[in-house]
Amino acid sequence: MDSLSSLIDGFGTALTPLNLLWAAIGVLLGTAIGVLPGIGPAMAVALLLPVTYGLDPTGAFIMFAGIYYGGMFGGSTTSILLNTPGESAAVVAAIEGNPMARAGRGAQALAAAACGHFAGGMIGTILLVVLAPTVASLAVDIGAPDYFAIMVLAFIAVTSVLGSSRIRGFASLLIGLTLGLVGLDQMTGQQRLTFGSLQLADGIDVVIVAVGLFAIGEALWVAAHLRRTAGESIPVGRPWLGKAELRRTWKPWLRGPLIGFPFGAIPAGGAEIPTFLSYVTEKRLSKHRDEFGRGAIEGVAGPESASSASAAGTLVSMLTLGLPTTAVAAVMLAAFQQYGIQPGPLLFEREPELVWGLIASLFVGMVLLLVLNLPLAPVWAKLLRIPRPYLYAGILFFAAVGAYAVGGEPLDLVILLIIGLIGLGMRRYGLPVLPAVIGVILGPAAEQQLRRALQISDGSVTGLVNTPFSITVYAVILVLLGWPWIKRVLSRGRAARAED
Amino acid sequence: MSTTGTDPTAPPRDSGLRALLRGRSELGVCLILLVLGVLVLTDAITMDTDITQRGPIGPTTVPIVVGVLLLVVAVLLAVDVLRGGRGEAEGGEDIDLTEPGDWRTVALLAGVFLANAVLIGPLGFPISGALLFWGSAYALGSRNLTRDPLIAAVLSLVTYVVFNNLLGVPLPGGPLMGVL
Repeated sequence: MDSLSSLIDGFGTALTPLNLLWAAIGVLLGTAIGVLPGIGPAMAVALLLPVTYGLDPTGAFIMFAGIYYGGMFGGSTTSILLNTPGESAAVVAAIEGNPMARAGRGAQALAAAACGHFAGGMIGTILLVVLAPTVASLAVDIGAPDYFAIMVLAFIAVTSVLGSSRIRGFASLLIGLTLGLVGLDQMTGQQRLTFGSLQLADGIDVVIVAVGLFAIGEALWVAAHLRRTAGESIPVGRPWLGKAELRRTWKPWLRGPLIGFPFGAIPAGGAEIPTFLSYVTEKRLSKHRDEFGRGAIEGVAGPESASSASAAGTLVSMLTLGLPTTAVAAVMLAAFQQYGIQPGPLLFEREPELVWGLIASLFVGMVLLLVLNLPLAPVWAKLLRIPRPYLYAGILFFAAVGAYAVGGEPLDLVILLIIGLIGLGMRRYGLPVLPAVIGVILGPAAEQQLRRALQISDGSVTGLVNTPFSITVYAVILVLLGWPWIKRVLSRGRAARAED
Repeated sequence: MSTTGTDPTAPPRDSGLRALLRGRSELGVCLILLVLGVLVLTDAITMDTDITQRGPIGPTTVPIVVGVLLLVVAVLLAVDVLRGGRGEAEGGEDIDLTEPGDWRTVALLAGVFLANAVLIGPLGFPISGALLFWGSAYALGSRNLTRDPLIAAVLSLVTYVVFNNLLGVPLPGGPLMGVL
């Protein structure tokens, strides 16, 4: 009940004209970015981090959340019309959506996806409202050892669950931790890895690392392998659904969030696994199983609903524990740090206006997205025709603006380019980018919590595991480290099912 | 690491010299990690730790752990590569991995970007930003000599006004803004 009244207050914040404007800008940008190839929501939020210098936190986060949800909506459009999913979350949408579009049922596929995102986002956000305050109140007493345990969990999770190679994940994490070490030690003021440079003594700004790895690295990597013949987009009319389709899609819409939300909340790689699980589930439950692979509408509706719900689940961990489970959440965490706000259990007490305004704006954003996407899908599809040189030149341009805005130092642009080249090399050799970003963002904080915990326990290592909470988290970490074996069992079952 | 000239995407069954070179180029990543590890460790060990230390672990502990882990990961990755493990090059909507890498374009873009870093002070953002956009678009293959510079100039001016005047994030105006 308490959260209901807080939510109503939140709507008071979200429905002010200015915040409505930020929500609208967010979902518009997000949809455009989801449709545009080469830009993901994480890169978009990273490129927009500089606006945090001139905007109040509530407005900024409302916009960022709009971009996150909007990106999910827009991403499925490219999957369906072009069959080239840019993000892992949209891979499944292409499996059934693209055959539908080629068979002249693109409008229905787009509608099933858009309504699926709406349903998934709504249900996911309602679960967020119900669960987040409970999680926060359970975690409210957590101290330094617990925070340290959560951060170790984040490190282990991003390296061992995501990506195909653990060792490459760890290499990426260590690169990030090293970048995070540069600067003055927070506790003693000792210079570390500054090589006597005054500029490096301030440390490397998170904005520069995020923009360098996500934007410059991506633009350079695409430049090295730019597709000379752009894929043809399938022309499509206004999305709509007939009665027969509605009868087939409403259940998948409702089932998707049940799979998506929990997977978003745990560090298991965001929307990738739940969309796949949802696809498999729908295939098994469908009465039209023979249509799967040739354009079954259930295979679009369920996974798309799951992917939006997972975004809501991600926000639960990010807001209540400060635990980023996806790249977008990681960059949003960096934005919180820019404002000097620490996400975690106390966030709901200290910044109720911000948190509940943000949550309420998610509902507003959902409605805006549905209104924008159903009638305007053909217009969005036109964005696919933007000349690629302009698109990637634009990314480089805005990356430069963002890095320069951090401190007005031309040297920052050079550092940005160097980090961008690191990002290019990482993409070339299959090192995932997310662990590095998490390392930079959480590394310094983790070190501080570690030292604080050991100060309290007077140097005894038992000080790190003396709370039930931290013991639980370390148990979870052990499960994660055993994940490859669990996954092997799962995929064996999946392969068996696929053969049916 | 970007000048190996080998095809990063040839299927693993590709045999002979090319496959050998590919393996070798990924060992460069191990080398970088190794150098980074040594760098972090040297920095940590040569640090003055006379400064009064609060708590049992000081400013060098975490760097030493990170440095050692870097060395360990460098070795493990080298083992993985020698055993035939390959980092999977990242795909994407606009990425065609069947073509060999076009590193000339990357070098051109990096050059244009550096030029912007040098010119932003003396020329101001509206001019250097426009050059950055035009130069990047040119490097990426756009050759429209009227539309490209026009878009670059408009984008740069609008961005300058939005950031400098509306968002309150100062950007250098340079001589052009002095004249206008």
